[in-house]
Amino acid sequence: MHPAASLILFSTLSGAGFGLLALIGAGLARTTGWAGLAEAALAFALAIAGLAASTFHLGRPERALKAFREWRSSWLSREAWLAAATLSIMAITTLIRLAGLPALPLGLVGSALALATVAATAMIYAQLRTVPRWNHWTTPAIFLGHALTAGTLLAGHRLPAAILLAALAVAQFAAWHAGDRRTGATTRESATGLGPRVRPFEAPHTSDNYLTREMVFVVARKHRVRLRSIGLVLAYLAPLACLAIPPAPLALPLAALLHIGGTLIVRWLFFADAEHTVALYYR
Amino acid sequence: MTDLPETRSTKKLGLVIDLDTCVGCHACVVACKAWNTENYGAALADTDAHGAAPSGAFVNRIHSYEVTGDGAPRIVHFPKSCLHCEDAPCVTVCPTGASYKRAEDGIVLVNEDQCIGCGLCAWACPYGAREQDPVAKVMKKCTLCVDRIDNENLPEADRIPACVRTCPSKARHFGDLGDPDSHVSQLVEARGGMDLAPEQGTRPVNKYLPPRPKEDEIDVLAPLLAPVAEEPKGWLGWLDRALDRLG
Ligand code: SF4
Ligand code: SF4
Ligand code: SF4
Repeated sequence: MHPAASLILFSTLSGAGFGLLALIGAGLARTTGWAGLAEAALAFALAIAGLAASTFHLGRPERALKAFREWRSSWLSREAWLAAATLSIMAITTLIRLAGLPALPLGLVGSALALATVAATAMIYAQLRTVPRWNHWTTPAIFLGHALTAGTLLAGHRLPAAILLAALAVAQFAAWHAGDRRTGATTRESATGLGPRVRPFEAPHTSDNYLTREMVFVVARKHRVRLRSIGLVLAYLAPLACLAIPPAPLALPLAALLHIGGTLIVRWLFFADAEHTVALYYR
Repeated sequence: MTDLPETRSTKKLGLVIDLDTCVGCHACVVACKAWNTENYGAALADTDAHGAAPSGAFVNRIHSYEVTGDGAPRIVHFPKSCLHCEDAPCVTVCPTGASYKRAEDGIVLVNEDQCIGCGLCAWACPYGAREQDPVAKVMKKCTLCVDRIDNENLPEADRIPACVRTCPSKARHFGDLGDPDSHVSQLVEARGGMDLAPEQGTRPVNKYLPPRPKEDEIDVLAPLLAPVAEEPKGWLGWLDRALDRLG
């Protein structure tokens, strides 16, 4: 699948923002005073920047609000609702807390909604039977893992963040490995009904088109291994190393920055690695 | 409402495409593009149409495949357009309700005024039947020519999809696949019409008729092409001998 910058930025930044909101809601981050305000502002900025980036993926962004309509059947619509609900509830929670009042029950609702938002984002991809690499429970699991890890780093919890980083590195590696072997039931034979010995002779068009640009995108195998290695180092191992440095004011922000930067690469691969069944008609 | 319709009529309009007779002329592609550029919804646009890298939206495309087997290898031309699936995944993923399946005849359509161009429906379609228009930025797909088949202003003969009307080898058939007695259902029955990628669970309405085996047909004219006798007899024999004598 085409790795669109808008979707990579969206899922990475919003993921981190909603991850941090989940921690704030549950009272697991600074929630009072200036520090609390700064933490909440960072979470809102990340979540909203991501959502704004996602509208650049739309052909008709001016109609984006129509996406709220079909929540009964569409994960994209559910995600829109969950994101809006999370942002409103967390805004109220933050205001109550800044006023010095307790707001844990409301915060816990916001926290659950934040995680549900990330899960809904992942389900947009995981529901697609046409993309075998995504069509699996590991997709929401990895998205949630990234959101929580980024949130924990941004909230400044050194040890939990280190544990999450290590676990996420292993999980991502395993998900890549499992995804490589998951080719799905559809083959060129079943897609064309022309028996086992069929191969493309001529494409329907001489230059590229929407389908080939959007869905018949492949990364060269050698680049895939290289990019996965860079992703593993940048997103998980380098931040882990940063966290091992004795307490210094810069270690945690640097680790968070490295992790989010690395996540951009991992997300690029999430799209670029994924093959769509329509490619079977072309290759 | 992008849930699939709960109550449906038994009518299932669709195409039956004969892979045996399609000659890959792309006439249906041109007819489709022409009709859908002048009528229903946003025009099917092109970019850089006269330049070095022309590209554009088409909702009917012809692939060609090489099939090898026990007999002679053959080329199979393979028209592909929306199959108007009964369990259309493109409809249920749509966040806006722009994509829908008509309850009265099963045609899958896009309400272009409601489409935000998110592209998710194109991702959900296993067959590559949807393309975003490069200019209007809304999703385009085969409409089974809804603006022809119900159009009283057209002569009766033209009230079928443009591709079916134009196909010179009668490889495309349009009708009600929900009616077992319709000519399209009969064709599917007689020729073993098949679904594309049935394991995707989309339950396509359109059916494909597989190419007929060729072996038997090759011999039809063979007796007329029997080799000339080694030892010519009769008039040919006389001619042979006479020519020999001339030296
Ligand atoms: S062929 Fe594709 S676009 Fe058409 S109904 Fe089926 S899934 Fe939807
Ligand atoms: S591109 Fe348009 S029709 Fe397709 S899912 Fe998005 S809003 Fe619906
Ligand atoms: S017009 Fe008929 S013969 Fe020509 S490509 Fe289309 S289906 Fe095949």
